[in-house]
Amino acid sequence: MICEFSPITVHGYVDGELDAVRSAEFERHLENCAECQATLHKVESLRARLQQSNLYEYASPQLGERVRKHIGLAAGGVQLSGHLQRRFLIPVLAGLGVAAVFLIGFFLVSPDSQIAPITAELIDAHVRSLQPGHLTDVPSTDQHTVKPWFDGRLDFIPPVGDYSAQGFPLLGGRLDVVGGRTVAGVVYGRRKHVINLFAWPVRSREGLSDASGSRQGYNWIMWQAGDMQLCLVSDASVADLRELKNLISK
Amino acid sequence: MLEPQDKTRFEQLVLPHLNSAANLARWLLRNRADAEDVVQEAMLRAFRFFDRFRGGDARAWLLQIVRNTCYSWLEKHRPGELMTEFDEDLHQRPAPNPETLATQADERRQLMRALESLPPRSREVLVLRELEGCSYKEIAEVTGIPMGTVMSTLSRARERLQRALVSAAAKEAS
Repeated sequence: MICEFSPITVHGYVDGELDAVRSAEFERHLENCAECQATLHKVESLRARLQQSNLYEYASPQLGERVRKHIGLAAGGVQLSGHLQRRFLIPVLAGLGVAAVFLIGFFLVSPDSQIAPITAELIDAHVRSLQPGHLTDVPSTDQHTVKPWFDGRLDFIPPVGDYSAQGFPLLGGRLDVVGGRTVAGVVYGRRKHVINLFAWPVRSREGLSDASGSRQGYNWIMWQAGDMQLCLVSDASVADLRELKNLISK
Repeated sequence: MLEPQDKTRFEQLVLPHLNSAANLARWLLRNRADAEDVVQEAMLRAFRFFDRFRGGDARAWLLQIVRNTCYSWLEKHRPGELMTEFDEDLHQRPAPNPETLATQADERRQLMRALESLPPRSREVLVLRELEGCSYKEIAEVTGIPMGTVMSTLSRARERLQRALVSAAAKEAS
């Protein structure tokens, strides 16, 4: 059989960059084209190797501090207007700062140390959701059905969007319990993978720092947006998760 | 001169992408210490030009500046690297002992070496796509490659990487 697709099409497919019609056409074609199947397999395993080898390089904390200093931002804090600062806030804030450092040191040690137990629970929740019948309480591809469903069940509204055009169809929503509190679970698809977005409210200072990682073969990305803590969990690739994160953050 | 509210906006929109900046620079310069210096320079440049940011994708906007700063740095300090299509030197580094190949650290080293042996323009699209999760539109914005050719550039880069990995494995076996 002669392959009627250009050999680069498979790359667009793997990257989720074909439009819905073309993607469906290509999937039908894949079933019968050994050549495209082989390329698909190669590209996907190359991606898996790249993403499972911890090649991502994070900025050092020192770099972050240097940049903030040069720009004239307080270290890791919120910038106040110069006028107020000069008047009387500096001594007050200095006192509060010292107190806060003690308090945080006392109660939390470091926010990062909280991340591991929470991600373990989130991954458990993700695995639970994959059991038959557990994925969604409200199965719907319509964000205007899923979003109102949360209203009344939770005292916050998680972000729900329709990203099917970008290859992340909405599958539905669910309530879950993580760390003893009720969290929202918004479910997206990515090709044959399921992605859970977990969301719960936090006060801005209590939030966990942005982080990502993988565990038991599942990838996760955690970040804070305003007064909401968000975490994506899936066996889909890290690149896919970052892409969805960007869509949600927009 | 930027207003205080611009500073806050910069802090909220651009600073969170510091890791993305560090990752791209690390892979373009193949060295972490140089990358941190260049990222610092790029962040300050971004801050100076922040009034030109018209909203939209802050990560792509920042990465574009990081990329340009990296290329200027390479032109100045290692001009040869931008010319070579394929880094033979790097590619012929002694291979690790086959007995330890199975370990994850070696898999990582092997991938690093293969990725670093690619020309920068192949390397950057792979890093942006596979590590950073950029869409084709964002890759086009960061690298200046026309949107219509991102797919073919990526497909070429993936083939090159595949070849580099296969030839590295063959050398180890011989």
